[in-house]
Amino acid sequence: MAEISESGGGKGKKGGKVRAKKQSTKVDMTPMVDLAFLLLTFFILTSTFNKSKTMEVTMPDKVTKEEEQTKINENDILNLVLGENDKIYYWVGLTPPVETTNYSKDGVRKLLLERIKANPKLMILIKPKDESRYNNMVDILDEMDITQMKRYAIVEFTADDKTILAGGTGQETTQQ
Amino acid sequence: MGKVKVHRKSPSIDMTPMVDLAFLLVTFFMLTAAFRPPEPVAVDTPKSESEIPLPESNRMIITVAKDGKVFFDMDNQPNRKRMLQDMAEKYGVNFTNDQLNHFGVMGGFGVPIRQLPQFLDLSPDEQAQVQQPGIPSDSVNNELADWVVYARLTNPSKMRIAVKGDRDSNYKIVKQVIATLIDRRILRFNLITGLEQGEQIEKK
Repeated sequence: MAEISESGGGKGKKGGKVRAKKQSTKVDMTPMVDLAFLLLTFFILTSTFNKSKTMEVTMPDKVTKEEEQTKINENDILNLVLGENDKIYYWVGLTPPVETTNYSKDGVRKLLLERIKANPKLMILIKPKDESRYNNMVDILDEMDITQMKRYAIVEFTADDKTILAGGTGQETTQQ
Repeated sequence: MGKVKVHRKSPSIDMTPMVDLAFLLVTFFMLTAAFRPPEPVAVDTPKSESEIPLPESNRMIITVAKDGKVFFDMDNQPNRKRMLQDMAEKYGVNFTNDQLNHFGVMGGFGVPIRQLPQFLDLSPDEQAQVQQPGIPSDSVNNELADWVVYARLTNPSKMRIAVKGDRDSNYKIVKQVIATLIDRRILRFNLITGLEQGEQIEKK
């Protein structure tokens, strides 16, 4: 592959003076360029570019004492339950009706923007069910960031929530 | 009358500038290429619009794989060794010097501490082939909690904790991991996500 081309073959010259062959000063650089670009492509493709980004999460601390719990009016609470098969169930406070939505732009994002406009004191409680995927949690946190919600928390999906989801009314409980 | 000679142009072009540039780029990419450290398991991270970069040093990464196995990784070789020594003391497992050194340079792992000595005796190729069972992180036997505690002890003020979950991993396991962190009063941590190009609502 690597060959240096010389101009003028110099073969088959009959007789005459023996001339010093003039060699070209030019080198065929094609193979070198081939190699250079091969390496270039390789390194461009393998370099990782560090695409990993992160999302900062702050979880509420465990509150054990009754008096340390913050009390919130139940009408200011929007419950979002992350369910199976990428479904979101939501209701306000402690009573049904429970409605469903999804993770699309017209789904939960629209809902959040509408609700926060209607009630700026809105507190969002995110309750992922055990059947949901990790992706759901990241998606919903991302939505919080996109819609610039200030007050939200990830909390446990409790037995009370289960009753509400099934159509019953939850008990009077204090939410953290 | 002399013939009008057509001046023949040489078909070869001077490639010197191109070669210069090509090699410059090659050098640049060679020097900046940070090869991906070997990962114990392939994880497909969820996408988000967050743009906070992952800290390069002083971080531990807890990986939750698709099948719910938990892996642990920390950077900084001396700190890793110290962490392993602390862990060994707590669990009464002995490590040889070779095993310690080996642990210092390897990447993430997902092996219970009692199986760790055998695992460290394997060559990197063999390690890659072993199906790692994951670090126990349930309430009965929570080794993950101890790893987190001792990892933090090596650099208490600066250590950042990142959770890297697969998008399809069950929330139940993630919940366990997060509960473990909260139990150790770690309330702030990062979730590793990929970058998503999307529309951002105008920031007010």
